[in-house]
Amino acid sequence: MNTVTLTIKKQPDLFLEAECFTPDALAGKKETEITELPVYIGKTVEKIGDYFTVSGDAGPSADTTRLIFNGDFTRVKYIGSKMSAGEVIVNGDADMYVGSWMSGGKLTVNGNVGHFAATEMSGGELIITGNVGNYLAASYRGDWRGMTKGRILVNGNVGSDCATFMLGGEIEIGGNIDVHVMTHADGGKVIIHGNAKSRLGGQATRGEIYLFGTVDVMMPGYVPTGEIEVTIGGTSSVFTVYEGDQGERHPTRKGQPVFAKLYLKK
Amino acid sequence: MTTILIKNGFVIDPVQGIHGDKKDIAVKDGKIVKSLLKPDKTIDASGMVVMAGGVDIHSHVAGAKVNIGRNFRPEDKLQAVYEPYHGIRHMSGGNSVPTVFKTAYKYADMGYTTVIEAAMPPLYARHTHEEMRDTPIIDQAALPLFGNNWFILDYLKRGELDNAASYVAWLLRATKGYGIKCVNPGGTEAWAWGLNCITIEDPVPYFDITPKQIITGLMGINEYLHLPHSLHLHSNNLGNPGNYKTTLDTLKLSEQFKPNNAFGREQVLHHTHIQFHSYGGTTWADFESKGKEVMDYINTHPAVTCDIGFVTLDETTTMTGDGPFEYHLNKLNHLKWANTDVELECGSGIVPYVYSKDVYVCGVQWSIGLEMALLAKDYMRCYLTTDHPNAGPFTRYPRVMKWLMSEKSRDDVLATMKNESKVRDRTSLGSLDRELTLYEIAQMTRAGTAKALGLGSSIGGLAPGMQADIAVYPYNPETESDPEKIEWAFSHAKYLIKSGEVVINDGELVSNGNKKTYWVDVTTAPNRQVERDINQTFAKYYTVNKNNYEVNEHDFMKNPCAVKIDAVQ
Repeated sequence: MNTVTLTIKKQPDLFLEAECFTPDALAGKKETEITELPVYIGKTVEKIGDYFTVSGDAGPSADTTRLIFNGDFTRVKYIGSKMSAGEVIVNGDADMYVGSWMSGGKLTVNGNVGHFAATEMSGGELIITGNVGNYLAASYRGDWRGMTKGRILVNGNVGSDCATFMLGGEIEIGGNIDVHVMTHADGGKVIIHGNAKSRLGGQATRGEIYLFGTVDVMMPGYVPTGEIEVTIGGTSSVFTVYEGDQGERHPTRKGQPVFAKLYLKK
Repeated sequence: MTTILIKNGFVIDPVQGIHGDKKDIAVKDGKIVKSLLKPDKTIDASGMVVMAGGVDIHSHVAGAKVNIGRNFRPEDKLQAVYEPYHGIRHMSGGNSVPTVFKTAYKYADMGYTTVIEAAMPPLYARHTHEEMRDTPIIDQAALPLFGNNWFILDYLKRGELDNAASYVAWLLRATKGYGIKCVNPGGTEAWAWGLNCITIEDPVPYFDITPKQIITGLMGINEYLHLPHSLHLHSNNLGNPGNYKTTLDTLKLSEQFKPNNAFGREQVLHHTHIQFHSYGGTTWADFESKGKEVMDYINTHPAVTCDIGFVTLDETTTMTGDGPFEYHLNKLNHLKWANTDVELECGSGIVPYVYSKDVYVCGVQWSIGLEMALLAKDYMRCYLTTDHPNAGPFTRYPRVMKWLMSEKSRDDVLATMKNESKVRDRTSLGSLDRELTLYEIAQMTRAGTAKALGLGSSIGGLAPGMQADIAVYPYNPETESDPEKIEWAFSHAKYLIKSGEVVINDGELVSNGNKKTYWVDVTTAPNRQVERDINQTFAKYYTVNKNNYEVNEHDFMKNPCAVKIDAVQ
């Protein structure tokens, strides 16, 4: 696997956006070509080389390319957006749309990321060691097709509106989570090791939320149906099972309605 | 003004009956002329098709509901590539509900120069005109909605045709409208009571009038006022299995009327997006095409025209003044739904919809549109539309042309459908080997539509004296055999001339044109009764003042073009 290292040498005055911070876009490109690729700052078009030191050539295809970003990327958007293969490692914080629309490969951020990370993710793996902003793995504004596949692991806390319209895949969160989790979801799984605030699974028709910590306010549309022992990450715990959201139209399986499930650790 | 000579193109013009002969077309002072001695500009169109600018008779491109569609579908902007400023092109975006600029540029790219906004709620006429004013290049006109208007329902119920006609004339002037549009007559009003009118005999609550009375009333008024366009009807029971019976009952109402106008229009009824109204069966399970039955009727009745509303198998945004239909559609697909009640006048609904080729109902809908178009006998009366954006975005017109002109391309689509045999079974499309000619396409998209709109003497053709709206497509009918080339060529006009001005030069947009907006100014005998009714209703019921309702030419319209009619009997 070939490694391209991009180190930030100048902080942009405004936010910097690029469509080329993915193994797919850089595959087959030499160091000198990568330096010349366009980045956008507002409506002006500048070059990668103006802001980054580039070292290394990319592999012939996305899956043989590894990108390493070093530095502070709190003014850089779209890192790993639409990547389908290969590997991206960010050593530092990043701004919005990290791993948005990603469909494959592995993206690791050793730091915090901004909002809209993993928007409509459809495959691959996203690992974030720090905190994440709002709308993690949510659908795009207005869309009804959220995350469908893949896995997200967050060690820190997550903001509001995580996994809106989720259809599949898995999200595991080490820290706490803000309001609105899996709103409108129709599938998928979210595991929260910390505490939650409120609106877990609002208007969800399918999908599972596992909560190890506490929840401030429960949704009125969820009713307790029993207890279950589940093994997560090698340790088994007993959870109270809630089914809902009772106010929604639910699909049926063998004549019985299917509900979203909320598991609260006893 | 620049004089232009377009040389050596394959000219296709149904108005003069020219079937692709190599001819020169000369342009002077915004009009087509017989010949030119020393043109300022010569366009070499050899190996290319020359047609009049396209005329779209039914499209939703401006106004309140289009804007609601834009607002509530931010994800629609992801469906098409956003285009930044380029030369004189303003930035543009959106797919099924594009910005006004994209609307104009894409129509221009397809060689269209006139587009009719098919449903203008009178209360939102100002908004509609503001959007049309901001849409460059294309000539436009808007059809205000009458089918659920309280004045009309009241007058028709009491049989006061004179008063209803005076009101129509006033409203056309007040809203700067072009003709009478009627959507789900009575049904949208019934929807305010949570009801609908499914057949033409279902009474409207409170008003106690039937859709039949509304439709015949409006057709009568239309001919009484000698309007350039006929009644433009979206009949009851759209989009439901078994609705073809309602459609046939509705079409038969036209038999009582004769066209009465000075604009060369020969129909008394234009039935729009007829594909959505030609369904058999009783449920979606036994849903099938009744396109042949409906098209047989239209083929044998010259006083009826129709546009198809081809399903293009795309993700789109449905929007119609048929409020109850959108509610039922939402109950089918469970996506988002917007509904509006326009006080005293009409209503509307908006729902995103994905026409998937793997869903058999969508496949059958796609087949019905093409089947009906291929069964038509007179393409001067059967037009190409997608009811943009309801059955698909207008940007797909070239693709529809490809399907109409190539049996192979239709078979290719059928072969990729998951339920191919079921789709083939429910319509006769698979057995039709007809392939339309460019001449027939020109009838469906320009000559026929212009004539039905009563604009046949100035647009839709290339005869000397007509407005110089000319499109040149990079397509050689003598050598080309690849159907994909049809789609490409008809979405990339090489040259477009609009009112004598070059808008697209060698594929590049060079001018924002000199768009104009048509409206109809009918003079009727003074009618004190109607004047009093209007003033009283505004004072009593409307939330707006009459002075804040009327559209004036100066503030809201670009190059207003009034079609004046004297209907003082």
